[in-house]
Amino acid sequence: MCAKKVTQKPGDVPTTGHVWDGIEEYDNPMPRWWLWTLYACIVWAIGYTIAYPAWPMISRATPGLLGASTRADVAKEIASFDEANSAIKARLVEADLAAIPNDPELSSFAQNAGAAVFRTNCVQCHGSGANGFAGKGYPSLIDDDWLWGGDMEAIHTTITHGIRNTTDPDARYSAMPRFGADELLDRDQIAQVVEHVLQLSGQPFDAALATQGEVVFAENCVACHGEAAQGDPTQGAPNLSDAIWLYGGSREAITQTVTYARFGVMPNWNTRLTEDEIRAVALYVHSRGGGE
Amino acid sequence: MAFLDKHKKIETHATLLMVLSLLVVSIGGLVQIVPLYYLDNTIEKVEGVRPYTPLELAGRDIYIREGCYGCHSQMIRPMRDEVERYGHYSLAAESMYDHPFQWGSKRTGPDLARVGGRYSDEWHQDHFTNAKSVVPESVMPPYGFLANNVLDGRYIADVVATHRMVGVPYDDAMVENAQADFMAQANPDADTDGLLARYGDAVNVRNFDGRPELTEMDALIAYVQVLGTMVDFTTFIPDASR
Repeated sequence: MCAKKVTQKPGDVPTTGHVWDGIEEYDNPMPRWWLWTLYACIVWAIGYTIAYPAWPMISRATPGLLGASTRADVAKEIASFDEANSAIKARLVEADLAAIPNDPELSSFAQNAGAAVFRTNCVQCHGSGANGFAGKGYPSLIDDDWLWGGDMEAIHTTITHGIRNTTDPDARYSAMPRFGADELLDRDQIAQVVEHVLQLSGQPFDAALATQGEVVFAENCVACHGEAAQGDPTQGAPNLSDAIWLYGGSREAITQTVTYARFGVMPNWNTRLTEDEIRAVALYVHSRGGGE
Repeated sequence: MAFLDKHKKIETHATLLMVLSLLVVSIGGLVQIVPLYYLDNTIEKVEGVRPYTPLELAGRDIYIREGCYGCHSQMIRPMRDEVERYGHYSLAAESMYDHPFQWGSKRTGPDLARVGGRYSDEWHQDHFTNAKSVVPESVMPPYGFLANNVLDGRYIADVVATHRMVGVPYDDAMVENAQADFMAQANPDADTDGLLARYGDAVNVRNFDGRPELTEMDALIAYVQVLGTMVDFTTFIPDASR
């Protein structure tokens, strides 16, 4: 079993005195290198507790000579980046929103900053390509159809205050009545108006029902969606005459919408993002292709 | 160093060895643990932090039951990249009423310490039901069944009382009205004066999942919508030396 022959003679090294079944244990000293490493570690540890926060005292731990603090470090690091960008951020905040795209330097900065903000905060609902999720209520930001307006000013307001949230009193707000659930229209009227909406959006429709639906539409829907069903961005009323549908354009989906209404919510970002970040992401969204 | 030669006595006495080992290990443990109970920076009180409402507490239990902590942390570290992505770094006080805390150490999904208010209730419902429907690259499993599990809050007063036992400052009224508060928070038509008086006006009261019944989906959404929203960082400035 033992590969190496024991060459030490009894008596060369003292034993520990332990004997078990006639087996004894040599009391060899620890290797020097090992001992010195141990002593060095002890000295290092003492120095470390002096240099860094360590010993718990009455109300707080000893701060350490180097004044290390992760909170201070992160504040300093963030401040250094803020300072490096402070000049251009100040320009971004002061600039006229509509004029930003014409300033190449500012626009380039805002595009990149806005892309970072978008990837972190917006993609979860609007998709990584800003194309939204059709039929699920998350609007595409790359088309020309804007619920609440698609110019820089309107996009900026929407991002700042959000839509129909309960946390910002200035949030954009409008609520379509629940025509079916609250019995404002009966089943037949809903079926008629749905056919009319299908007609308006150029889809196959039942002509007889749609003619009756035109009356229902004129009495109940034009106030928000407009005479030609072109929508109204001042109150978030969608255009019903195009092929773009936030919650689906099928007969079933439209019936669902008229019966129960929809109430899409967007958070307000003014508590999470700074003004320069909001402006940057507004420019980014505006430049995705659909900006007005 | 004569006393060092006495080790034979310890080594040949099993009980003595055990007792003394325990003593040595306890000192190591106590030195690390005891100061956490009295040092200012570990017991820092922060304005706004309140005990969870009964509905949030039930949501938290579902969060634990489903093992959400296996993939999501609730602890934003004081590092620039985390602060830029998730928001202000977490404070000890923000999890003072968490028993047990949900800091976690694994991030297959994102940190959730400040997810409250970040997305709409509808988004959470879509996402819980099928995460890929809104985040195509997600690997989160579906939790749509939560919407089928109706809750009546029969035992919620016991849960609140248990949390009081471990030190959460729920008062008698909170325990007594636990079930009523539980039902009221997810029902915008209910009388919520008592709930708001007990837990503050900032409590989210709405039908979180849009269904007439109160389901586990309501509870879980109520819980995630309150995460990280209690402290107002526009008025609270943390002491950097801590």
